[in-house]
Order: sequence, then C-alpha cells, then structure tokens
Amino acid sequence: MARRAQPISTWPGIIAAVCIVVVVLAAFVAIGFRVEDTTGLRVAEWQAVRFTLVQAFFSALISVVLAVPVARALARRRMPGHALLVTLLGAPFILPVIVAVLGLLAIFGRNGWLNMALGAVGLPEVAIYGAHGVVLAHVFFNMPLATRLILQGWQAIPAEQFRLVAQLGLRSGTVFRTLEWPMLRQVVPGAFALIFVICLTSFAVALTLGGGPKATTIELAIYQAFRFDFDLGRAAVLSLLQLAVAGGAALLALSFLPPMVVQRGQDRVPQRWDARGWGLRALDAAWITFAAGFLLLPLASVVIAGLGGLLDMPPVVWRSAWTSIWVAALSTCLLVTIALPLTAWLAQSRKGGMEGVTPLGLAASPLMLGTGWFILIFPFVNPASLALPITASVNALMALPFAVRILLPPMRQVLTDYGRLSAGLGLRGWPFWRIVLLPRLRPALGFAAGLAAALSVGDLGVVALFADPDVATLPLQMYRLLGSYRTDAAAGAALLLLALALAMFWLCDTWGRRRDPG
Amino acid sequence: MKYTLTLAAALAASSAMAETPVLTVYAGDYFTSEWGPGPIIEAEFEKVCDCDVQWSTGDLLPRLLLEGERTKADVVIGLTSDVTARARATELFAPHGQDNSALTLPIDWTDDTFLPFNYGHTAFIYNETTMDAPPASFDDLLALPDDVKLVIQDPRTSISGLALVLWVQAVYGDRSAEVWAALSDNILTVTKDWSASYGLFTDGEADMVLSYTTSPAYHMFAEEDFTKKAAIFPEGHYFMVETVAKIAGTDQPDLADQFLAYVMSRDFQTIIPTANWSLPSALPRSDWPEGWSQLPLPEKVLFYSEDEAAALQADAIETWRAALSQ
Repeated sequence: MARRAQPISTWPGIIAAVCIVVVVLAAFVAIGFRVEDTTGLRVAEWQAVRFTLVQAFFSALISVVLAVPVARALARRRMPGHALLVTLLGAPFILPVIVAVLGLLAIFGRNGWLNMALGAVGLPEVAIYGAHGVVLAHVFFNMPLATRLILQGWQAIPAEQFRLVAQLGLRSGTVFRTLEWPMLRQVVPGAFALIFVICLTSFAVALTLGGGPKATTIELAIYQAFRFDFDLGRAAVLSLLQLAVAGGAALLALSFLPPMVVQRGQDRVPQRWDARGWGLRALDAAWITFAAGFLLLPLASVVIAGLGGLLDMPPVVWRSAWTSIWVAALSTCLLVTIALPLTAWLAQSRKGGMEGVTPLGLAASPLMLGTGWFILIFPFVNPASLALPITASVNALMALPFAVRILLPPMRQVLTDYGRLSAGLGLRGWPFWRIVLLPRLRPALGFAAGLAAALSVGDLGVVALFADPDVATLPLQMYRLLGSYRTDAAAGAALLLLALALAMFWLCDTWGRRRDPG
Repeated sequence: MKYTLTLAAALAASSAMAETPVLTVYAGDYFTSEWGPGPIIEAEFEKVCDCDVQWSTGDLLPRLLLEGERTKADVVIGLTSDVTARARATELFAPHGQDNSALTLPIDWTDDTFLPFNYGHTAFIYNETTMDAPPASFDDLLALPDDVKLVIQDPRTSISGLALVLWVQAVYGDRSAEVWAALSDNILTVTKDWSASYGLFTDGEADMVLSYTTSPAYHMFAEEDFTKKAAIFPEGHYFMVETVAKIAGTDQPDLADQFLAYVMSRDFQTIIPTANWSLPSALPRSDWPEGWSQLPLPEKVLFYSEDEAAALQADAIETWRAALSQ
C-alpha cells in the first residue's frame, strides 16, 4: 500500500516520543542500579492496588458522565458570564492538593456550608469521609477538565449540521443519536482514560478524604517505600505497576475509539433549533447551575479564606510567585515544543494506540522521576542548581497527555481537510505549519498551553525533592508557611496561587479563542 | 567525560580561590525558610566563625543515602530519632565531640554521633472554647464520645504519625490493636503530613489534632491566642527529638566542630524556642524565654531507643493499619 501523501514529516514527533520514553526509562534504570535489598510487595500493597483501581475507575466514570450534560448545556446555551465560567472550569484542576481539600471541606466538611444548611432545616449531618469522599474530590478536580474536553468536541460539530437537522425537523433525541453520540464516542474514551490515569496517582487527597488507611493508593505506597523505608526496589516495582496499569487503561480506552470521520463546515456558531423548548432550557440551566455551584463554592471558600491572609504574607512569597511564573512559562514552551510534533505524528499514524506513550510521564510517579534523575545528574552537577529547570521539565511531561488529547482531534481534522490539497500544492513542512496548521490549531493550542501553565503554577512537582533554600516556587512556599503554623499567610498564598494560575490559563486560552478561524 | 573533569577542576579552583570557607549544612525544608530558625542561626554563627554558611534543603535521609560518600554536606541538621539508625548505618557520620552531660533533655542521651538540638513530645491539641471536657488521660481519650473527632497523621508518611503509633505501643503494648479499634470511631481522618492535619484543626473541621506539646506556644507567643491547649496525659508522652551530626568526610572538619559547639551554646539554644517552636536541648528550664517555663509539659516521657523502635515499628504500623482499615 502506498504511503499517503503527508504535508508534514513524522520524524520530529517520533523523536519526541522516543525522548519521553528515554527520560522515563532512564530514571527507572538509574534507580534499578541502586536497589540493594528489597522486601517485595506485601498484602497491604496489593490492597492498595485494588483500592487505587476501583477509586480511579469510579472517579473517571462519574467525572465524564456528569461532564456530558454540563458540556452539552454549555454548548447549546449562551448566557452572561459564559466565557468566564468556561475559564473557571480550569480552576479546580490546578489547585494544589491541600488547598482543594480545605476548600472542599469548607463546603462538605463537618462544619461546612452544606452541613450548616442541612442542620438549619433539621436534617442529619452528611459525612464526606470515605470512598465516596475520594470520588467526590476527584470529580471536583476532573469533571471540569472532562467538561472542557467534551465541550471542545461539541464545538467541532459544524453548525451546518445542526441547521440541517433543524430543517429536517429532527427532535432533540434524534439529534443526539445522529450528531452528538458519534462525537461523544470519539471524545469520551480519551477523557476517561486521562482522568483514570490522574486519579491513579492521587495520594494525599485520597488519604485525607478517604478517612484513613483504607484509602491507601499505590502512590502512597511508593512514597512510603521511598521516603520512609528507603526501599528503592519496592518503590520501583510499585511505580512500574502503576505505569503498567495506566498504560493498559490508556490502550484499552483508545481501542474503543471508532475511526475518525471528520466533517467540516463554515465555522459558524451553531444555532440549536432542536433545543429551544422550555423543558430543555430548564434542564440545561439546572446542569449549569449544578456544575457552577459544585465547582465555584469550594473556590469561593478558598478566596474568602485567603483574603485576610494576603496582607500577612511575607515579601518572599511574592518573590516565589515570580519564580513560579517563569517556571510555568518555561514549562509551557517546552510542552508546546514536544506536544506539537508528537501530535502531528499521532494524527498521521493509523495506530491510535501510540497515544499510550503520552501518559508515561504522568503515570510514572514524579517522586521516582525526580529521584532517578537526581541519581543521574548528581555526579556531574549540583542538582539544586537545576531544581527549577527539572521542575519545569517534569511539569511539562505531566501536562503532555492533556495537551495531546486537546490537540489531536483538531490536528486530525486539519490534516484530513487540507493535507492532500496542501501536499498537492507543494505546501509542506514549516510553511504548512505556519499557513495552514497553526492558525487552525490556535484555539486548541491556547487551551493546552493555558492548562500546562496553570498546572505548572499549581503543582509542587519535584522541586521539593532538591530545592535550593533561596529559590522556591509558590506552592513550595505555601507548604513551608503551612509547616510553620502560618495558616493565614498560607491561605493568602493559596489565593495568590489560584489567581496566578487562573490568570495564566485565561491569558493563553483567550489568545487561542480571540481570532475567528477561517 | 573530559568536559566534566574540566568543569570539576574549574569548580575546585574557584572554591579554592574564594576567601571565606564555606560550611554546607543540609537541613529540612521548613528549617531554612524565612520563618524557620535557619536565617537567624546563619547570621549569628557567621558572626563568630568567619565563614559562609550555605544551606541545602530537601529530604535529608533519602538524599544522603543517594549521595553516599560523595555528599557535599559538612553538617546535617534535623535528622529525627526514627532515622538515626538508618543514617548511622551509612557510616557517613563522625562523632559529634560534644559533652552529652550538658543536655537538659527529659531522657538520658548517650549517643555520641547524633546530637539533639531541640525536642518536644507528641500531644493532642484542642481548642478550650469548643471542647467542654478535654480528656485528662489516654484512657479518657479512648472513652471520648463518638462525635469528638481527632485528626492524625499517617505513620507511613509522617514522622509525627510514626511517633503516635510508638506512643500507643509504649503505653498499651499488646493491647494496641484494641486501642486503635476504640479510637477508630473518633478518628475523623488521617493525613499525609502534619500541615494538613493542623490545617483541618485550625479550620474547625476536627476537635483535636495530633501535634506537639509545644504547639500552644506558637499560638500564645506569636498570635496571643491562649485557647489552644495540649491535653497532658499521666500515662506519658512520646519524646520527639531532632539532631545535628557531622559528616566524617567533610573538608571543613574544624568549622563543622565549631558549628556543633555553637549548637550547644546559650546563643543557639535561646533562639530555638521561638524560631523553631520547640524546646531547647541544652538550656535549663529557668533560662527558657519569658512564658515558656509555664507551658504545660508531661511529667512522664516515653521513648524507644533506635534499636527498640526499629524492632517495633513495622508491627506497630501494621497494627494501626489493620485496625483502622476495618
């Protein structure tokens, strides 16, 4: 079979994929050489594996199941504050773990708003701690992400098709079956796999909201093996197990993806004639209200708690905010540099399973990546002097699967629409990127870059492993404040962090959405 | 490889040219932050040593184990008693050379490698305005009504959590499993580290938090808040200590010795209480800063030597895990 004519070469993407594999493998090999004696896995660890899988499955399932109606409501309706709400959807995802936990507990905790409201009307208290608490927290973190990914799918359905089904007089249910369901089959498995992998590596959230050692995840066992028992062998085995589970889940989910059928319209904003009834309007309004309340109330409590602390913050916190900004900028540039060629390769390869490479960095415990690379570079340079570049790189690696998931569908679409034409016109390589591809990828690229930047601002990353005392990122500084009783100042730092992450997300996302394509 | 050698030579040359000798001290992350004791200790010691103190932060033990003989540390400060056995086994450390009899700890300290510089005890902290009947003993704690909620740290990820399971072991021995079963209804949740637990307590989510006997001191002296109290139990409290030690292969042996001597000095010891919110290791109670000697402290102190702790630890943690996983 003849090779399809392709306007862009795939080798930069293959190199990027190889680099990712090498970076992850090198860390494991380095650790492998340092393993002395190891105890292997005990009963407790197998229980942890089971709990991890179950909670990740339900967290991912509920996140996407709830995200579908919310995304549909957001796709069908325009209301005041629509753009702001869509931006804020990025917020829970980027919150540092402890901030999110305290925010959630301010709503769902024993003295939270929910229980106060229930108490006021004489209803019994609701306890958040337990397996349901773990899932609730993970849904809080990830449903917004799923919503954005699915919303992107909805927006990719050409407006002409909605007009056509309206002219045919199809009802909402039929429209769902003919237009929306095929799109969901494209988007939902990928979103599910991504969230499943994120939830696999959860640790502090799962423990705290799970109410105790019942909620032990693999990542906690890795942390324990590494930090407390210093059993590198057990830590490595557990990490490989986590990688295998994540990789398996990603492959399984990707195998559900039906072959892509791309259709293109004139990029008009769809009018949803099928969804004009009052019933559907009320339904959509209810979903948007539910999502906004669920996501924004905990955020509001973070803001309220932080306002008082803003003035308490020592100047060094502002300095570390500046550090975080440039780490995020570096991380985002790095991400874009890897993600674009990688996605271009994936978009042109017929085997969808290769996307399974991308969550490697996310599923390999950051603790293991950091440790492995510490062992590798320590003989040559002082690791502390590279703490920030390494943090930026690891953050980029963690954001990669999200970026690829966001970029891949539009990239496929553009290649299908313009690939042959451009190749026929001799438009290849960089000119094709510049003239055809990048302008059409702009919204997705902005979203992906925003997510990466925000993720990098909010993530403690590996900087804690070998921090230089004078150079600290904002999350690290916040943890230091918390560790020295400065709860109020830490709440202020959390608010600053939230604002910073959102600002960077908004900046990139708005850049992406500013221009009307076509 | 050649390039690396050149680089190493250049680095060696530049440090040889530097006029003031550098003392590299590895410390825990909290230690060197602006609101930790690091900056003031650095400033005070540099006044007398004619040297440059450089902190390096991170996870102390994992880092030393990874670096081995090649470590750049001259002195390591902040190793807790649960990791000294493992640290000792590396044979990286030299005797501290200080007089243990100058220590004012509530226990007898005979270790000639790891020198204590501060201590405290595990304790449950409560807010006296919201807690009507705080437990007066460990037995009382076990008998608390179910709606009084505690938040503790995970012994698998946190040093204070580990101290708690050893505390229960020291008080109740073979009955530990029953004790954890009795406490399980009161334990609201378990957190990865002390910070998260304490945050839950100050937010009002939990009634009591596993912390230290010195925690009320922070609220009293830094915030003028006198409502946070440590529940003192006659059964005794588990002793927690942080140590400083000298690296045997240091290229600054004299400076390292001078630093250890400084740790035992009155200057250093008087900095510790309000900079580290813990008790000084070599300062008579009468010399503690204003107000500190009134801090309620336990009469009885429980402590396992590192060998005893090493022998008990795995089983104590498993007992805890099994009981709380029911």
